[in-house]
Amino acid sequence: MRESPQWLDEEAGPVVRPYALIRGRTRSSGDMFDLIATVTVVGAPPAGPSGDLGPEQQRIMRMARSPISVADVASELDLPIGVVRVLLGDLRDNGLISVTSPSAERPRPSAGILKEVINGLRAL
Amino acid sequence: MDSGLSEDPVALKILIAGGFGVGKTTLVGAISEIKPLRTEEVLSERGVGVDDLDGVEAKTTTTVAMDFGRITIREGLVVYLFGTPGQERFWFMWDELSYGALGAVVIADTRRLTDCFPSVDYFEQRGTPFVVAVNCFEGAARHSVDDVRIALDLDDDVPVLLCDVRRRTSAKEVMVTLVEHSLRTLTAAG
Repeated sequence: MRESPQWLDEEAGPVVRPYALIRGRTRSSGDMFDLIATVTVVGAPPAGPSGDLGPEQQRIMRMARSPISVADVASELDLPIGVVRVLLGDLRDNGLISVTSPSAERPRPSAGILKEVINGLRAL
Repeated sequence: MDSGLSEDPVALKILIAGGFGVGKTTLVGAISEIKPLRTEEVLSERGVGVDDLDGVEAKTTTTVAMDFGRITIREGLVVYLFGTPGQERFWFMWDELSYGALGAVVIADTRRLTDCFPSVDYFEQRGTPFVVAVNCFEGAARHSVDDVRIALDLDDDVPVLLCDVRRRTSAKEVMVTLVEHSLRTLTAAG
C-alpha cells in the first residue's frame, strides 16, 4: 500500500479553522477594540499548568507582558482580526488583560506630539 | 527606565488608500516594517428568499488582507499605517479604520485617476485630513499637480504632491506632508 501523501502542510491551511478556536462565536465584549488599542497583562492566569487558557490565549498573555497593539497581536498570531477580538474580549472579561483605546481617550493628539512625529519621520 | 517625563503611550493611525495596484503596499513597505493583517469581509446572505430565522443569518466570510506597518518615533510614540483596499465594497473596514485616524494618504495614478474618487469622497465627507500623492509610474504622462487638483475637484487646502512610492525619501515626504496638514487642520479647528 502506498503511503498517503503528506497533505498537512502550510498550503493545506490551518488544521483548526480560525473560528473553531472561539467555538464559532463572532460576537464578544471585544467587538469594539480599536486596531491600535493597547493590550497589557494585568492579572495572573488561573491556577493549574496552563489554567483554562487555550494555546492562542497563552501566546497573547506572553506577548502582552509589555504593551502591544491589537493589530500587532493579530499579525503575530496570523489570525483574522475578528477572531483575535473574541480571544481578547474573553481575556479581558476574566480580568487578565486591559485593552485601552487611544482614540477614545484622546481623540485629538496635541500639536506637540504631531511636531514630534514630523521630526521623527524626517529623521527616518 | 523612567525618564521623569513619563507620559501615556501615544498611538496614531494613518490610512493609505487608493485604487487597486496603485502602490499602497509599496508605500507602507518603503517607510515601515510591513506586516500582513488578516481581516474578514462578512457577506450577509439575508433576503434571498429563504425563511428568515430570527437572529440567524447565513453568512459567508472572506478573508481580506490589509497592509499594516509600524513606525516607532520614540518609546511611547508609535505611528501605525494601514493600507486599505480601495474598492467601495471594503468601506465597512474604512469606517473602523478612519475612526480617530490622524489622516489619510490617497495615492493616485494619473492613468486611472477615477480609481481614487471614492477615497477622496470618503475622506472629504468624514472630515479626515488627507493628502493626494500622485504616484509617478514609468510611462505615465506627467500631469501637473494643478491638473490633478482640478480633475479631483479638491479644496485649495488639500495638499497634492508628486511622488515615487518606491523611494524611501519620497515616501517620507508624503508622510511628513500629511502630518503637517493634519497639524494645520488641528490648529485651525482650535
